[in-house]
Amino acid sequence: MTAAVHLQDVVKRYGSVTAIHGVSLTIADNEFFTLLGPSGCGKTTLLRMIAGFEAVTAGEIRLFGDDIARLDPNHRPVNTVFQHYALFPHMSVIDNVAFGLKMQGIDLAARRTRAGKMLEMVHLSHFADRMPAQLSGGQQQRVALARALAPAPKVLLLDEPLSALDLKLRQAMRVELKTLQQETGITFIFVTHDQEEALTMSDRIAVMSEGRVQQVGSARDIYETPDNRFVADFIGETNLLEVDVHSVTDGRASMTLPGGHPLTCPSASATPGRHALSIRPERVTIAATGELKATVDRVVYLGTDLQVLSRLADGSPFTIRLQNAARTTIPEAGATIGLHLEEGAARLLAD
Amino acid sequence: MAGGDDSWRPLARPLLIPIWVVIGVFSLLPVLLMAVYSFLTKEFRGGVEWDFTLAAYDQFFVTRGLFGDEPAQIEWTYITIFWRSIWQALICTALCLLIGFPTAWFIATRPAQSRGIWLFLITIPYWVNLLIRTVSLKFLIRDNGPLNEGLMAIGLITEPLPLVNTNLAVQLGLFYSYLPFMVLPIYAAVERYNFALSEAAADLYASRWTTLREIVLPVVKPGMIAGCILVFVPALGAFLAPDLLGGAKTFMIGSLIDEQFKGSQGNWPFGAAASMILMTLVLIVLVFYARAASREGAA
Ligand SMILES: Nc1ncnc2c1ncn2[C@@H]1O[C@H](COP(=O)(O)OP(=O)(O)OP(=O)(O)O)[C@@H](O)[C@H]1O
Ligand SMILES: [Mg+2]
Repeated sequence: MTAAVHLQDVVKRYGSVTAIHGVSLTIADNEFFTLLGPSGCGKTTLLRMIAGFEAVTAGEIRLFGDDIARLDPNHRPVNTVFQHYALFPHMSVIDNVAFGLKMQGIDLAARRTRAGKMLEMVHLSHFADRMPAQLSGGQQQRVALARALAPAPKVLLLDEPLSALDLKLRQAMRVELKTLQQETGITFIFVTHDQEEALTMSDRIAVMSEGRVQQVGSARDIYETPDNRFVADFIGETNLLEVDVHSVTDGRASMTLPGGHPLTCPSASATPGRHALSIRPERVTIAATGELKATVDRVVYLGTDLQVLSRLADGSPFTIRLQNAARTTIPEAGATIGLHLEEGAARLLAD
Repeated sequence: MAGGDDSWRPLARPLLIPIWVVIGVFSLLPVLLMAVYSFLTKEFRGGVEWDFTLAAYDQFFVTRGLFGDEPAQIEWTYITIFWRSIWQALICTALCLLIGFPTAWFIATRPAQSRGIWLFLITIPYWVNLLIRTVSLKFLIRDNGPLNEGLMAIGLITEPLPLVNTNLAVQLGLFYSYLPFMVLPIYAAVERYNFALSEAAADLYASRWTTLREIVLPVVKPGMIAGCILVFVPALGAFLAPDLLGGAKTFMIGSLIDEQFKGSQGNWPFGAAASMILMTLVLIVLVFYARAASREGAA
């Protein structure tokens, strides 16, 4: 099957600044695909190139096989939900939603019906005749969504559509967006810098940094098996330790942990030398027999969890997360504790 | 700004007094004076006598023949002048809009640093007195002025183009006088325009022209209306351009009124009456606009 969207070596330069360095991505039909990365990494630029608001400097953008990189935005069967909604202020809600249909030459009665259905879908039927300025942020957001979905685009682009909403509404909209995507079967390309948003909604996530895609995978993939230091550090919390790998046999790398304890962990491609090892704080348990020794600096109370901030023998900081359960023994500040790494807790990073 | 702070309220009334005084002394009082004068009797050497009469309005609208002994008929002389003025002002407004909109658009879409320079360039000529500029324009376009000489020198024409004393010259003068009043409010509106709206329209399959018609123009319309009013109203009452660049055939209201207050030939009540009629016309236009605007806002 042809991919919904395929980017091949896409480059974007603004004068001497290169915003996108040769990105290649394949996004499947019906997929909820997220571009995740810190501010300035080029998410918006990439999305705007797919929509056609920015010209590509080099590379190909294919939509169901057709190269669209040089088409004007009004000739691309792709719709956008803008970050600040960009609702037409002089048109009522229903006229906003019907605008795309009007441009497609659909007659008044048919477009009113369809726009009405769209408003129903986003639970705004009784706001049809209001002006955008008379709506709350969350309602405007849903109008923007209905407007972009009304012409039944093949691909919907969303640039941080939830960032202007408060936490509760944002959480509710996540569920709504995901449901909508599954019901309509439209491919969503969603931009966010909020990893929780990305992890909860996406089928697949592309983690971006400085104009490059660092890793593409499911939420579980990028969290559990980060490819490199950036992804491990950016997604969730992690402990990054510098280790010396001395040998690799049968896909397992042998190394020495700070403090001298030996460890082997699976690694397909590691070569002997200095590497970063990522250990998730929640995959470590405190046990007197543990292979790593640490000194507790401080215990932070987080409600459901406790965060133990400690130092390893060589002084490097190490964080442990404990569930705040009745049976959990809370270590004292200053105490020396043993740490046990669960199977698969450690992941050797390429770089 | 403290949203919920109402402590300034008791001060509001006293603070507004100077504003009311200014409006009263400089706006309402002159209009009132003019209204009163329009109902007085003309004195022989200019000035007025305090005899209330409708003579001025009668002179404007009604004729009873050369010696005043024929049956009353409609006097077309002044109505024609008014009509010509309205027409000239409308053309001037349309021209200013046609040229002013792209100009304002151009300036508002420049990088922020260079917009100031463009606006400065637009307003620079207006630091020179209007009279001087209008006279200079006449020198430029007269038969042996640089325009005609230049055109003849490059062989485009053999006879000078008769530009002075034509409607075209008056139109040029009016256009030149009032263009910035169109550019500035439209510039302000375009500068506030959110270009994401144009992207949204393009995203929803609108062509450039459709985007301009359906999104841009309606959104910046308040700026265009403000510009049209700011050009139309003074152009309607203008007298410098028609006086200096036009002739008898291009006589406009402004010149008519101007004449009534000059020397012993003047007729103050008649000038005041003509001004009142002009003002009434302008008010009708403005009310019409305001109505249309508010009806649209409510819909
Ligand atoms: N018009 C432009 N001219 C020059 N540089 C630009 C332009 N637009 C974007 N950039 C640069 O390109 C890079 C990527 O910008 P982009 O807006 O895509 O980031 P982003 O990932 O969307 O960030 P954010 O999360 O803050 O929205 C940035 O370094 C930015 O400064
Ligand atoms: Mg962005």
